[in-house]
Amino acid sequence: MNNYLDFERPLAEIEGKAEELRALARQNEEMDVEKEAAALDAKAEALLAELYENLTPWRKCQVARHPDRPHARDYIETLFNEYTPLAGDRNFADDHAVMGGLARFNDHPVVVIGLEKGHDTKSRIERNFGMARPEGYRKAIRLMDLADRFSLPVITLVDTPGAYPGKGAEERGQSEAIARSTEKCLRLGVPLISVIIGEGGSGGAVALATANKLIMLEHSIYSVISPEGCASILWKDAEKMREAAEALKLTAQDLHRLGVADVVVKEPVGGAQRDRKATIEAVGRALESALREFRRKKPETILKHRRRKYLEIGSKGLAA
Amino acid sequence: MNWISNYVRPKINSLFSRREVPENLWTKCPECGTMLFHRELKDNLNVCMNCDHHMPISPRDRLAALFDGGVFSEIDVPEAPSDPLGFRDQKKYPDRMKEARRKTGEKEAMLVAEGEIGRTPIVAAAQDFRFMGGSMGMYVGNAILAGVERAVKGRCPFILFSAAGGARMQEGILSLMQMPRTTVAVQMLKEARLPYIVVLTHPTTGGVTASYAMLGDVQIAEPNALIGFAGSRVIEQTIGEKLPEGFQRSEYLLDHGMLDRVTHRGHLRDELITITRMLMRESPPIKGDLPRPEAVDETPDPEATANPDEAATSEKAAGK
Repeated sequence: MNNYLDFERPLAEIEGKAEELRALARQNEEMDVEKEAAALDAKAEALLAELYENLTPWRKCQVARHPDRPHARDYIETLFNEYTPLAGDRNFADDHAVMGGLARFNDHPVVVIGLEKGHDTKSRIERNFGMARPEGYRKAIRLMDLADRFSLPVITLVDTPGAYPGKGAEERGQSEAIARSTEKCLRLGVPLISVIIGEGGSGGAVALATANKLIMLEHSIYSVISPEGCASILWKDAEKMREAAEALKLTAQDLHRLGVADVVVKEPVGGAQRDRKATIEAVGRALESALREFRRKKPETILKHRRRKYLEIGSKGLAA
Repeated sequence: MNWISNYVRPKINSLFSRREVPENLWTKCPECGTMLFHRELKDNLNVCMNCDHHMPISPRDRLAALFDGGVFSEIDVPEAPSDPLGFRDQKKYPDRMKEARRKTGEKEAMLVAEGEIGRTPIVAAAQDFRFMGGSMGMYVGNAILAGVERAVKGRCPFILFSAAGGARMQEGILSLMQMPRTTVAVQMLKEARLPYIVVLTHPTTGGVTASYAMLGDVQIAEPNALIGFAGSRVIEQTIGEKLPEGFQRSEYLLDHGMLDRVTHRGHLRDELITITRMLMRESPPIKGDLPRPEAVDETPDPEATANPDEAATSEKAAGK
């Protein structure tokens, strides 16, 4: 059973019909529906391809937030061995929106950090819907520091609506924590590879995505503000999110053109949620080739490479 | 054409416009309601003489009050692309820019300058909240980088007065990328072992707080300035409760360990001199060696009506 997005409704109808037919046939031995069902399948497949070939920026936002997309935990479980979670910021708490620890990626030890949204009501609440608090960023800083001292590459998996806007989060220095985490990213002498697997929500994403290589999934987004937030400020109407999504240039393709994303990984037809395994494997291959570029590079070279990248952003792909 | 339009109407108009002039001479304190005479208010750096409420001050006035004798020279900032994304909401971005330029008479949301404070050469930057909410786009990033480069070259401290709602949405991801970009600038200062002092002024929020504005060696705030990451309305909606009195204000942040000091605008200059001289391991400032405070406002501004007595004595002195 698929979770359908609003623009997928025609698709839901066709797939529903095919499903119904097959269910009927299971109850009634004599009926032969396979031919008809197969025709419907073909029709659905064509429609799916058509829908996903030209997703509007707003639809991409919807796909990026799809509840069935693989989340950080899925990537960590599939792509890494010996994952050993390390918890806490040593100051206040352990933030479950940020998961991370030591792991092996293709046999090489690394530090992996992921912003995790959760997959059902219980885990979503536990993960705070992927919205980290200061202690989450401070845990990330601690893990990056560990990686730096033991010369382990850092891999971050980013999927967050943004940093948590809460009373306690503000009191404990949400902005300071984000600023320090970004600073830590920029101070590492080991390669830092980030993957935006869903939503890259503003400063809460920057804090972990200031990388040597930024990989983005085909239907992921990365933006200064959510389209809804932008619409309510600039259009004074949160319902204008389609226009805002368009104007913000937040798709992986836009960001690649602007030199912010270095690699865009193709998703299966119909988005990552339609074939989670294939998506995760594709990300694994992109990670491997990104890491290979930095193998045996000197710490200063790696650090300079990252800084230069950010200093130069804004010099390509601009509107005429 | 008759005598009504030629004579009576201009007469009426002039009567009304004449009435508006005296109104501009007085400012009503938004906090305590006291009517403040414009010249006295300016001499008091836009701080209410009755209740000490800190009103906004333009970057130009701010820097004039900071530097010895009000003398400073602006640092050239590399041009930024004017509309990198071709952004359009209800208005076009270039039109919003034109409006902001007309309103402020400034080119952009940050002014960077060099000069001396207490005879210590420094570079200072001041953000302009009147200019599109002080928002951080590529120009602000360029301004901070230009200021830092000058400070590193001249081996002098960098003082930054922040005031911004956050990143400039109209530059989309490129404004978000000013978070890592300005963080690189801060690191350049730190590696050169030069003091970076941030003075947070009302208001400083969003991506600005979550990057360069929270990374100072010393963090000072003006009284009762709003400082935070998320807006209070968003927080109230998220947590479903009213926020405490004074939440996200300077004194609240000081209480929560997020600031070093909260300092009255009238004492800022002396305090910055004291701190920078100690961090630069220079001798204590010699009070007599400094220009008298009264001289500060008058020297750079030929139009300002100087105290006639003083003008006379200085003429006499010059004559001798």
